[in-house]
Amino acid sequence: MARGLWFLSRAVGRLRPLLVQGPTRGFSASAPEQLHVCVVGSGPAGFYTADRMLKGHEGAQVDIIDRLPTPFGLVRSGVAPDHPETKIVVNQFSRVAANGRCSFFGNVTLGRDISLSELHKTYHAVVLAYGAESDRSLGIPGEDLRGIHSAREFVWWYNGHPDMCDLCPDLKNTESAVVLGQGNVALDVARILLRCKAELATTDITDYALDALRGSTIRKVYLVGRRGPVQAACTAKELREILGLKNVRICIKESDLLTTPADEEEMRNSRIQRRVYELLSKAASAHGGNNYNDQKELHFLFFRRPTRFIPAENGSTIGAVQLEKTVLKGDEVTGKQVAVGTGEFEDLKCGLVLKSIGYKSLPVQGLPFDKNRGVVPNLRGRVLNSESETATVERGLYVVGWLKRGPTGIVATNLHCAEETVASILEDDKKGVLRPPSDSKKHGRTGLLEILEQKNVRFVPFSGWEKIDSMEKMAGQLRNKPREKITTWDGLQKAANE
Amino acid sequence: MFPRISRLGARLLREPRAETRAGNLLNSGGILYQGHVNRHSTPVVTPTVLSLRNVLLSTATSGDQDESSQAKDKISVTFVNKDGSEKTISVPIGMSMLEAAHENDIELEGACEGSLACSTCHVIVMDVNYYNKLEDPADEENDMLDLAFGLTETSRLGCQVIAKPELDGMRLALPVATRNFAVDGYVPKPH
Repeated sequence: MARGLWFLSRAVGRLRPLLVQGPTRGFSASAPEQLHVCVVGSGPAGFYTADRMLKGHEGAQVDIIDRLPTPFGLVRSGVAPDHPETKIVVNQFSRVAANGRCSFFGNVTLGRDISLSELHKTYHAVVLAYGAESDRSLGIPGEDLRGIHSAREFVWWYNGHPDMCDLCPDLKNTESAVVLGQGNVALDVARILLRCKAELATTDITDYALDALRGSTIRKVYLVGRRGPVQAACTAKELREILGLKNVRICIKESDLLTTPADEEEMRNSRIQRRVYELLSKAASAHGGNNYNDQKELHFLFFRRPTRFIPAENGSTIGAVQLEKTVLKGDEVTGKQVAVGTGEFEDLKCGLVLKSIGYKSLPVQGLPFDKNRGVVPNLRGRVLNSESETATVERGLYVVGWLKRGPTGIVATNLHCAEETVASILEDDKKGVLRPPSDSKKHGRTGLLEILEQKNVRFVPFSGWEKIDSMEKMAGQLRNKPREKITTWDGLQKAANE
Repeated sequence: MFPRISRLGARLLREPRAETRAGNLLNSGGILYQGHVNRHSTPVVTPTVLSLRNVLLSTATSGDQDESSQAKDKISVTFVNKDGSEKTISVPIGMSMLEAAHENDIELEGACEGSLACSTCHVIVMDVNYYNKLEDPADEENDMLDLAFGLTETSRLGCQVIAKPELDGMRLALPVATRNFAVDGYVPKPH
């Protein structure tokens, strides 16, 4: 209770300067100090950028566009439903959106409704924060078989992303699922498959996903990693959580836990690796002689890499994954330990495969893009026109978040990432790069509204999202859930226009 | 209210391990008081694991400060901002440093609002004697500290540091990111 009041008082405290300054600003629409900034993408990177921009420049007018009618990016469609505490950050983002100098334009797609060059002509600074909406592929035979999904698709499905609400993964034809990868996303999907459904029922998981999971026949989940327990890419919190799931037996081969001097060295250098390894070894020894009737199983498979997907008898759905055993070798260039195949193979039967081997960003027209690294070449957030050493800066174009540094890190990583990009923008503005005296054609929000009207794009303002939000929360109340998500494009647009 | 509940819950789950004290938290990269060591004339700990361990052992029984501040219902805490400026505030007993910082417009993030799901309220206790007066971080707090920027041996989450009389006079630094995120001339404005 006290806490709620505390945050309310904070919010009010933040509004105060606005109330004082608001009117004067309104009359000085053409005042030279205005800096028009457009942020493309409303996930954590986008919102932290808006926040730092508003705090760092009194004349900043920040417009955030997003292709979805809903804001918050992966906080809505990525963070697992059973991690409500991670989603609390949307309170802070909503306060940013409530700032009089910030506007949200949902349902506006860069590259379809508006082009990068149009944005460039309209704003002093354009910050690309649209993340990574595709997947890396393994490039091995059989990857197109039915029953193989990327973890991103599966996550979007249970989280109600309107692009993936029709995925309908088959959870009923098999008792084994294989998750390729051992990062936090891999742990998320494995946990959702194994977690007791009564626990999931009180989260904001979509109702269709909950139904499908209730009917699921999957009893065993295999988490497959190319390297060993010392190199597992997950964090301790997520690992601790999955190791403690009710009625799930943890299976880890004791022999996989043997460490080499190189492993020991890695753990000395990394607190997180050391703590993850400790958790795994403790779990391996703790689950010995109990009686495990009717229990589900979670298998950590280390030192294995997928080499082929083998179809089931019908020829079209996944039947097994061929795995090659690996050993670790020190890479001569980087010094890192990498997995090398041994030529020894085994087949792992399964009816569902979730590939959790990394997200991938997509380019848009007119944007320099490093295809190998899947990021936009940049210097502290300033977009460079190529990845070569002689590259030059694209004036007024910036990048932040996964599109800038690749698809890794936690929500808070974006805070520091945004601070760096915003520092670059402020520095450039100070130098007069963004608003040369000769250039008075950038109208910011007014210009955007004109373009959207010309093209007949019906954008969803933040107040539209608030309607969606309250409808979802009301629907959730009836089912004892924090919210029941609206999961179709139509449904979202209708709710926003109520 | 919630931070204290989560703290309590976390404590129940805690493993009885003594080695979570400073000294074992450091990764061998040796980042300690980055950017703070030279900038302030505050009690500075020599940035080596060995000497820090000695300090830990030799100061365990010091209790002078406790007696003098016991009667108060508020303590004084100084925050050292990223730009080196300082702000001393008075914090009611029982309040977390995250709440106290926010009530006083100190730029400490609190993305998860004290529910132990992020590391954005990371603070560095600038005097190891004060650090040792805190209870050991729970596993859940350590899980988050794993991911904190600029981790030091005396790093804690602001939401888990609760004001008590012994902490009167404590100094907390907001971490400067380990990478070159901060740029000359960029001073974040207060709200």
